[in-house]
Amino acid sequence: MSVMRDRQNPFTISTTAQALLTLLPGGIWMLALLVAPLGLILVYSFAQRGAYGSIIYAFTLENYLYFMDPLYLKILGRSFKLSIVTTIICLLISYPFALWLVKRCPRSRPIFLLLIVIPFWTNFLIRTYAWIILLRTEGIINNALIKLGLISQPLSLLYNQEAVLLGLVYGFLPFMILPIYASLEKLDWRLIEAAYDLGSKPWQAFVKVILPLTMPGITAGCLLVLVPSLGMFIIPDLMGGAKTALIGNLIQNQFMAARNWQFGSAASIILTVLVFFGLAIYWRVAKWAKQEVL
Amino acid sequence: MESRNAFASHCCALMVYLFLYAPILVLILYSFNDAKYSAAWEGFTLKWYSSLLADRGVLAATKNSLIIAFVSTACATAIGTLTAIGLYKYTFRYKRLLEGILYLPIIIPEIIMAVSMLALFMFAGISLGLKTVIIAHITFSIPFVVVVVKARLYGLDASLEEAAQDLGANEWETFKRITFPLIRPGVIAGALLAFTLSLDDFIITFFTAGVGSTTLPVRIYSMIKLGISPMINAISTILLVSVVGLVLAVQKLEGSKLKINYKGG
Repeated sequence: MSVMRDRQNPFTISTTAQALLTLLPGGIWMLALLVAPLGLILVYSFAQRGAYGSIIYAFTLENYLYFMDPLYLKILGRSFKLSIVTTIICLLISYPFALWLVKRCPRSRPIFLLLIVIPFWTNFLIRTYAWIILLRTEGIINNALIKLGLISQPLSLLYNQEAVLLGLVYGFLPFMILPIYASLEKLDWRLIEAAYDLGSKPWQAFVKVILPLTMPGITAGCLLVLVPSLGMFIIPDLMGGAKTALIGNLIQNQFMAARNWQFGSAASIILTVLVFFGLAIYWRVAKWAKQEVL
Repeated sequence: MESRNAFASHCCALMVYLFLYAPILVLILYSFNDAKYSAAWEGFTLKWYSSLLADRGVLAATKNSLIIAFVSTACATAIGTLTAIGLYKYTFRYKRLLEGILYLPIIIPEIIMAVSMLALFMFAGISLGLKTVIIAHITFSIPFVVVVVKARLYGLDASLEEAAQDLGANEWETFKRITFPLIRPGVIAGALLAFTLSLDDFIITFFTAGVGSTTLPVRIYSMIKLGISPMINAISTILLVSVVGLVLAVQKLEGSKLKINYKGG
């Protein structure tokens, strides 16, 4: 390891030794407990399955081919569909909200912002449970609607795709609001005034000035919602029914109940590759936006 | 026209806040409701909280959660702080790679980290229990400690360290008497963050915990699976209040200004 010293100073042990002393524990830890396990999953995804599900270290593509079954492709498609719809809904709620937030007076803004962040510090499990209490058949919403005489039979609000969608939007909304707000806050509002002065209508100023300038915030928000909702398994597990399993549930099931680790590993690798693919698109868009704007 | 638009946007903003808070407030409110199954309000009670104290499963889970949080926080803070200092002070060939690895747990889906750790423990023949959960928690906490402490280090005035060394202090003395006191709020903030993440984690714990090492979130999960009970509301309220309290403390520490009394006066 070639170590360069930052500053001239007297020292007792060599700089290399100091660097090793500070960096080795963390480096070794992360290699052994983060990189090695991920490598293991990669190996398993190409390993054969012995009797009783044991792992045979011989190369095969069988696990990936198994994933091409319409049943699993449908789960993957559903995961994509749900996370994309979640992202779009979050975007449609967050953008107007961030615009509102950025127009508050500078003194009250941090408080309004903190109020957005606080709910997402609470556990996913708890937030999901809160919706179950509201939505279940004997739940608070059905109870209130019956008392008001609006319905006579309780509605089945839970254990369907819409419930999962609601849970996802609820869980990830702050991830969209924060980056959009950050990019709006940095916006030079004189540019919009200039657009008005030059005769553009409000919607033109929005489409031609505000929207392109806040593109980095929008892409960051979309990524922050899309990626975790792709891998989510608590919400579909608790709020969804049998027909709402997502790829996260598939992975959980293969590792726990089904005990087919090879197939579970292949599904994990597919999910990871998709996530990195999403990241690559993000970098592209971010770079492009920078070039367009500057 | 203008004021009507403003009114509409105020209403929309209010709806967003309502959407975010209503479920949580209802959850907290119903932890004090004196009815087991019904959604109707039947009077104020603290019995769900007292029944928590009598529930051995919940008590054992709380104990496990606290042990795991304390041990993993101590280890992650020590390792993470060292790593942050190393990354701040030294330039070396694989620096970018190490930084990339440290960002991995923040990027990849949690479930992938969870199953990969489970695979590693099984591969190495380590039986699942408190120690596997602690190891897993240390792993996902280190990057967060590194990020927080590094931010503090990069906010430091390097001339303070140089001044100490000009005055004859060696590396260790400089670290002990100048650098560490200055980054201490960052270290504490990192530790509190690690503690919060550990206390709050469900997915990774779910995959790496054994029979006797259930934590509070895992306990809550199995209770939800069994059915609705106001006890879940009570336990959720407790966890919610402690986590929000801890994070507010982190925010306060992170926001605290670097003390530079040395300079002016």
